[in-house]
Amino acid sequence: MKFEGPLEVAEALRAADYLADERIAQVVYLAVQLDKPVLVEGPAGVGKTELAKAMAAVTSRRLIRLQCYEGLDEAKALYEWNYKKQLLRIQSDLDRDWDTISHDIFSEEFLLTRPLLEAIRSIEPVVLLIDEVDRVEVETEALLLEILSDFQVSVPELGTMRANTQPLVFLTSNNTRELSEALKRRCLFLHIDYPDPEREQAILNARVPGLSEHLAGQVAKVARSIRSLDLKKAPSVSETIDWARTLIALSVEEVDEDVLGDTLHVLLKYQADIDKAAKELTSSPAG
Amino acid sequence: MLAVITGFIDELREAGVPVSMVEAIDAMKAVETIDIGRRVALRETLRATLVKNLRHERAFDTAFDIYFSTIPFPSSDGDGPEMADRGPNASGGGQGGPGDGGMDAGALLAALLDALARIDGEALRRGVRQAVDQLAGMEPGRPVGGTYYLYRTLRRLDLEQLEAGLLEALTGDEDLSEFEERLLREEVEALIDRLREEIQEEIRRRLVADRGREAVAKTLRRPLIEDIDLMHATSNDLAEMEAAIGPLTRKLAARLARRRKKRTGRLDFRRTVRKSLATGGVPAEPQFRHPRPHRPEVWLLCDISGSMATFSRFTLQFTHAMATHFSRLRSFAFVDTIDEVTSFFGPGIDFNSAVARITTEAEVVWLDGHSDYGNSLETFHRRYGNQLTPRTTVIITGDARNNYRPARDGVLSDIARASRALVWLNPEPRAYWDTGDSAMSHYARHCSSVHEVRTLRQLEQFVETLTLPSGRALQNL
Repeated sequence: MKFEGPLEVAEALRAADYLADERIAQVVYLAVQLDKPVLVEGPAGVGKTELAKAMAAVTSRRLIRLQCYEGLDEAKALYEWNYKKQLLRIQSDLDRDWDTISHDIFSEEFLLTRPLLEAIRSIEPVVLLIDEVDRVEVETEALLLEILSDFQVSVPELGTMRANTQPLVFLTSNNTRELSEALKRRCLFLHIDYPDPEREQAILNARVPGLSEHLAGQVAKVARSIRSLDLKKAPSVSETIDWARTLIALSVEEVDEDVLGDTLHVLLKYQADIDKAAKELTSSPAG
Repeated sequence: MLAVITGFIDELREAGVPVSMVEAIDAMKAVETIDIGRRVALRETLRATLVKNLRHERAFDTAFDIYFSTIPFPSSDGDGPEMADRGPNASGGGQGGPGDGGMDAGALLAALLDALARIDGEALRRGVRQAVDQLAGMEPGRPVGGTYYLYRTLRRLDLEQLEAGLLEALTGDEDLSEFEERLLREEVEALIDRLREEIQEEIRRRLVADRGREAVAKTLRRPLIEDIDLMHATSNDLAEMEAAIGPLTRKLAARLARRRKKRTGRLDFRRTVRKSLATGGVPAEPQFRHPRPHRPEVWLLCDISGSMATFSRFTLQFTHAMATHFSRLRSFAFVDTIDEVTSFFGPGIDFNSAVARITTEAEVVWLDGHSDYGNSLETFHRRYGNQLTPRTTVIITGDARNNYRPARDGVLSDIARASRALVWLNPEPRAYWDTGDSAMSHYARHCSSVHEVRTLRQLEQFVETLTLPSGRALQNL
């Protein structure tokens, strides 16, 4: 999987219905060229996870996803010994001498691979997505370091396992906390922000079938207008897509104050935000 | 090229952006794989490898403009230096007068308007070059910052007229509703912003050609957002800080909840069995469930008097962010007396309306509206003191400037005794403490810890070092 340049990356991604801007295309191209993980940061719902999925589709690789959460540990992220099976093995022949058994039960047969190890051991090259990495504790972040810099995992009983093939790694973060320097240093950094109206219009047209150019343009402009307000949670791209779908379902051809007032709850998820946007953009408060 | 990149990295470090050795090497390697003739490619490559924090992007953009603006790019055909040669002639014309081969101000405006309306980047750049030629009045060797020329150009360009013209051009003869007009106006504003950026870039390009990179970089260097003095931050700075406050409060929440691992908790059967396999099925080392993290209780006392206006807006922002992470946060505001403002904050509540409610509804002024820490603290202790528990962490933010009123700090020791810890955050430089009407040392001796929090970075450091003494240790003091 090699690309001629960022333009080719952008084209390939477009074929997978992902509209990359110059920055995204450039960083993805670098990631492929340099075999470096990409840390994708940005507000929720701007297509960080989508990017990894689209890259998997483009390169026709399998996507292995590790969803992070508070309390994620080694056993869930890397590997775990299948202790039940080990227990059975020990009990099945008690008269064998200990050396043989101990050698036996710490073999790959008894290893349960979790996403990170699976990505390393895959024969086929894969795309590894480590989603919402900012949710794990700082201590757990250290688990990732060995994988990200050397693409290897050390299992004390078995030794170090190197990657058979180089995975393409994406990490996403909503920036709810500062990630450690060590992690950032190993990654290329890509910040994705809300798209400008032209790009958002293109995204809408690609993602929402049956949406007219005109309506897409209006939706994108309204989205920009709402994002310029000081809101608790600005509408994400996925929400504007939902909104465009709603408009089609309601067979709306032209966005005006009334339509916006009636459908604001698709774009905004907090009552305070809805009230505020209704006050700013329409002359009557939303129902 | 290598030398330019090294210089660029030095400039980033000079501006405060931490660039490690490994990252610098990565950048060099990355640059080798790209087509450096494309400016965007170079910029995004350097950005992805060197800048790992959104807050540092502004510094990066400025430095990039300076270091890579004179390199000829296909679109501008290396006219950077040549422009600088023409600079003095053009500026000789004075107030908007036509330079060599220039057009008059009206034609220039019309050209810019046309370029913006059609979103024609090439024509826009031509117009901007012309505008800077004629209007900026740049003099080589004059040691002024780029902003001076920018304002000069913009003032003479008459942006308002341009904006009105654009609005008219885009409207056509349609009749617009209020809503449509708003959308259009925002579009025009975005275009004008773009024009402003183009002009700024052009000016920087010429400054660099005139004075060299290092000199220009030095004049344009601005403190990073985490180093801006909170007492003198502008509202723009505050808005930028807001983004950084969220992660910080989360960290603070985690710090306060942290506890040493102890063998309390219930037996974890699954982990015990798993561990026992290392010893052939004999559970030699029992494993326990982690005890539930205890939920910290935080009380925040903020001075919101006039002298603290900027800082208190920041602390209230901080309070607001904290309110989403701590379910047991109580906040109080004081000037010369104190009132509880907990209910004004919380998830789903708009920050600005919360601040507005505090100024109108909370009773924080008792006598004359000048800070009175003594009275505020005594009132606090009288009204709420009996609700303090050994789990409560009390954080006071303020400059301790008491307007020469009695400090009445005895009450603070009662508060300290009744709570888990008492922390004071002072936004003034340590050197100013106890000067004039500051009563800091009177209060400091009762606190578990006192910190100078003048910048966001210092607040971060405070959160970083936060290890609270246990309730028992405090009582021994």
